[in-house]
Amino acid sequence: MRKKKTIAMILAGGQGTRLGALTKNIAKPAVPFGGKYRIIDFPLSNCSNSGIDTVGILTQYKPFFLHSYVGIGSPWDLDRKDGGVFILPPYTHDTGGEWYKGTADAIYQNVEFIDQHDPVWIVILSGDHIYKMDYSRMLEYHEAKEADATLAVIEVPWEDTRRFGIMNTDADDRIIEFEEKPAKAKSNLASMGVYIFRWQYLKYYLVRDAQVADSAHDFGRNIIPGMIDSGQSVYAYRFKDYWRDVGTVESLWEANMDLLSDRPQLDLHDPEWRIYSVNPVRPPHYAGPNSRINQSMVSEGCQIFGQVKRCVIFPNVMIGEGAQVTDSVLMPGVTVAPHAVISRAIIGPDAVVQENARIGGDGSIALVVQDTKPARKGVRP
Amino acid sequence: MKALLGLINLYEDESALGPLAGHRPLAAMPYAGRYRLIDFTLSNLVNADVRTVGVLVRDKYRSLIDHLRSGKEWDLARKRDGLYILPPAHSPAAANGGDIGNLYFNLDYIYASSEDFVVLCGSQTVCNLPLDQAFHYHLSVGADVTVIGRDCPDDWQGPCLTTDEDGQVSALCRPEEPSPYDIQPLGFYIMSKSLMAELVRRCAAEGGHDLFVDGVVKNLTSLKVCVFRHTGYVARIDSIAAYFQHQLELLNPSVWQELFFRYGIVYTKVKDEAPAKYKEQAVVRNSLVANGCIIEGTVENCILSRSVVIEKDAVVRNSIISQNVRIGSQARLSHVLCDKDSAVSAGRCLTGALHNPFIVRKGAVV
Repeated sequence: MRKKKTIAMILAGGQGTRLGALTKNIAKPAVPFGGKYRIIDFPLSNCSNSGIDTVGILTQYKPFFLHSYVGIGSPWDLDRKDGGVFILPPYTHDTGGEWYKGTADAIYQNVEFIDQHDPVWIVILSGDHIYKMDYSRMLEYHEAKEADATLAVIEVPWEDTRRFGIMNTDADDRIIEFEEKPAKAKSNLASMGVYIFRWQYLKYYLVRDAQVADSAHDFGRNIIPGMIDSGQSVYAYRFKDYWRDVGTVESLWEANMDLLSDRPQLDLHDPEWRIYSVNPVRPPHYAGPNSRINQSMVSEGCQIFGQVKRCVIFPNVMIGEGAQVTDSVLMPGVTVAPHAVISRAIIGPDAVVQENARIGGDGSIALVVQDTKPARKGVRP
Repeated sequence: MKALLGLINLYEDESALGPLAGHRPLAAMPYAGRYRLIDFTLSNLVNADVRTVGVLVRDKYRSLIDHLRSGKEWDLARKRDGLYILPPAHSPAAANGGDIGNLYFNLDYIYASSEDFVVLCGSQTVCNLPLDQAFHYHLSVGADVTVIGRDCPDDWQGPCLTTDEDGQVSALCRPEEPSPYDIQPLGFYIMSKSLMAELVRRCAAEGGHDLFVDGVVKNLTSLKVCVFRHTGYVARIDSIAAYFQHQLELLNPSVWQELFFRYGIVYTKVKDEAPAKYKEQAVVRNSLVANGCIIEGTVENCILSRSVVIEKDAVVRNSIISQNVRIGSQARLSHVLCDKDSAVSAGRCLTGALHNPFIVRKGAVV
């Protein structure tokens, strides 16, 4: 095996409890986003576009869909002879076996896998964040700073700082203090959950952390603070582009709506940094003779006869005559019967909205999901 | 189990497509917003469980190879069998225009495949065909050759197959007025591999050029040639007008449904485009829109292929816009066919007609 300089590990085992029924059967990284993608397409495409061709994906919660979706990685050009994608669920060994108890534990349990590839650098990523980032530039920064660890950070609004891990840095952007969800923050630089370490160095800390009985085995709470406290050179890498952690139905809806602005910060049409995904094979969508579609994104295989305003429409959606859909996200295979009215809603995969139904409106975002998954039809009636 | 080998023959007359076909074979012509013509034939084959497909290429096939690559999109990138490109023989025998030279040159390959039967097809006919039913029919009636055809349309002026009372083909002719017994061949025909090899050898020895005309039709007395009638939607791409009008037929949802879903879906190369974006000023009616498009203007009765940009206040009607085309603001287009990578400058006004669309050539800026 050729020696790999850099490998990436994507943490994809989270449930995303606050996404409610959307993550009843799938893990958060598998949640649909942006009219044709799944959230994990973003870190996977970033890896592929950054020249990282060896990627471990750590799964735990409801992994079936994710496993079949990722497959051998060909949609992201990660089906490689040497390297490629590796799905890494928890496993048992001669002394027993355990679930992944935290983000750091998940990596610790796969030390053997990483050692097999013997990388110099390891990039730790989260499978449920939406952003486009060139990890190779962050790695250059990491090398230039001769850092032991580098954390990508983003400025967040001051009022949101209590939701994030906040970095306090010196003039050189060296991190002097890490505060997890502080009540009163001293800085507004939030950790994006993107870390680069020299592998041998991280391994030392992971092994040490594994011995600590009362540790949460978490990067944010244990590993990073431990490194800073022992005076290691941990640097912040400032990221200025679009980045979202869509933890709730509300924020998932908002991130979708962000795409509809005239010049969205997250440009999905950029040919230089494509976001790859498993493409459904469907014909171009059809906009009917009386359809009105504005400020929206519409994917292939849809048939739209009604009115659509400020919506994100996934593949194979059917919107009947006289239906009005505004400020909403319609996930793959949704059927909206004629004269239904939907506003401020997320309609989950394959759901059917009946004729003349009224969904959503003012207040919080309505979430409609199909209770039982119908057999997937190749052909729509 | 008896199996079919697919042979897609690109020895087709593409002269009628003039400037559009200039740099590519008919099979590589863009169609319906995100496809190439060959996708329909390939999908008909794989949807009928054909696992080996040979493509007999003639010339200028670079764009076709680029499209097909390993055949993965059609599930034809296989360890055994799968997709084969059969290049032409650069010999005098192959220079005479027909498919016999190429078939003869590649007989070894065709023989080496494990299938006992072969379906020969072209890329000129766009349809969603139950090829497995046709094959079953071929076996059940014990035909030597089964031609897939349909009842002759009234305006068809090309060759017809005349059938006798038993439904067997008795002649190839150009009737003044087609009778109910006349069949328009759709370019698909099935026979056993051994019969094909025999016909190819005989044609090559006797100087024949075309397997169907010189091999099958000249032997109608000795061969049992039957017809499998296809009753569904068919588009024959034999002129610029046909290429233009048939695509616009897809704006009828029942035609859309039938062509793309009837007996299986139509596979094509994936390009990873983002969903189409409709901006605030967009007005889009009765149109097909592929992924990657950005629309700010008015679009009516059109087909927009991948990554087309319609700028603000542009009005595009009854037109087919190919991949990566930009229509400038305030441009007015009616009955226009824009080939790949072209652009229409702001404020330009282009008008064609349904039977004679205005053509903007590949890469041109007007």
